[in-house]
Amino acid sequence: MVDLLNIVWFLLLASGIIVAALNGNIEVVSEAAISAAQGAVKICIDLVGIMALWLGIMKIAEKGGLIQALARLMKPLMLRLFPGIPPEHPALGAIILNLSANILGLGNAATPFGMRAMQEMQKLNTDSSEASTAMCTFLALNTSCITLIPATIIGVRVSLGSTNPTEIVGACIFATSIAMLMAVSLDYWFRTRSPWGGKG
Amino acid sequence: MLLSILTLISQWAIPFLLLAVPLYGMLKKVPVYESFVEGAEQGFYTAVKIIPFLVGMMVAISVFRASGAMDYLSRAVAPLTALIGAPSEILPLAVMRPLSGSAVLGMSTELMKIYGPDSHIGRLASVMQGTTDTTFFVLTVYFGSVGIKKYRYALLTGLTADISGFLASVYICNLLFR
Repeated sequence: MVDLLNIVWFLLLASGIIVAALNGNIEVVSEAAISAAQGAVKICIDLVGIMALWLGIMKIAEKGGLIQALARLMKPLMLRLFPGIPPEHPALGAIILNLSANILGLGNAATPFGMRAMQEMQKLNTDSSEASTAMCTFLALNTSCITLIPATIIGVRVSLGSTNPTEIVGACIFATSIAMLMAVSLDYWFRTRSPWGGKG
Repeated sequence: MLLSILTLISQWAIPFLLLAVPLYGMLKKVPVYESFVEGAEQGFYTAVKIIPFLVGMMVAISVFRASGAMDYLSRAVAPLTALIGAPSEILPLAVMRPLSGSAVLGMSTELMKIYGPDSHIGRLASVMQGTTDTTFFVLTVYFGSVGIKKYRYALLTGLTADISGFLASVYICNLLFR
């Protein structure tokens, strides 16, 4: 099956260029492309420091046995969600840390923990160029994860003079729960029933 | 009250982790500084490895947005918003949500400036900002960090979750704030 991503990537690029050409402002394409390419590198360079900080802290937690303890604590749930990962595997601890950081709204810390989880899952992957089932489940959880403190948007609301900046928190939690439920069910359906399933 | 609790948690979460984890390490007789450096070393390689993936994705998204193609897409699906009971001003936000976090933050801030943070549109924009994640960015960065180019069904799952999150935001805002 052709990977959906190739089609989406091509469509984004091609439709953008065609629309720009039809509107007679083709010059925006080169500028957008070049500044986005530079922006992407800047994001990665900014990420270096944050990654180093949190992966360093995580190493301490790992050597002390904290990550493993965390994984044991959540074992019943994790084994059901990730049947492809052996219990006590370091990937489980990293996944828990990533999701906890997401829930607390610590986006900065979530990314390094998530990368670490991906690296650990990659060690178990049978085809290293293709996503494993565990990775798909992890990313389904990650992208739809509940945030208890949507700090950025609360900040914007405060700065714009909202009379009740946090009134949206409950609604956010409700909407994300629905999204998460959908993601987990759909992921389960894909890995068990669809032609994409059946990989370790 | 809730705001001050939330502010307190966000202010304390990182200092707490930076104290608690090394303290735990010390108690477990872990060489904390050496372990920190050992872990931190990986940060550089991981971040650099993401670059080609992020460049590819961000260029495509940026061209799509700057050319005005995104506006056309928003307008094309606009009749659908009336169907689900959402104001049409909110639609570009929903279309952009999975693609670019910074663009969405800019757009929702703009909407709140125009209509006010406590208007229906303002609240809906806030809820959508606080719901779901930038699916494309997350998949690009996470898969990129381990060199995976074939995503299987991960993109489809993420995008369906985004749509469900959008519909749920509209539903809950109509229920609570109207």
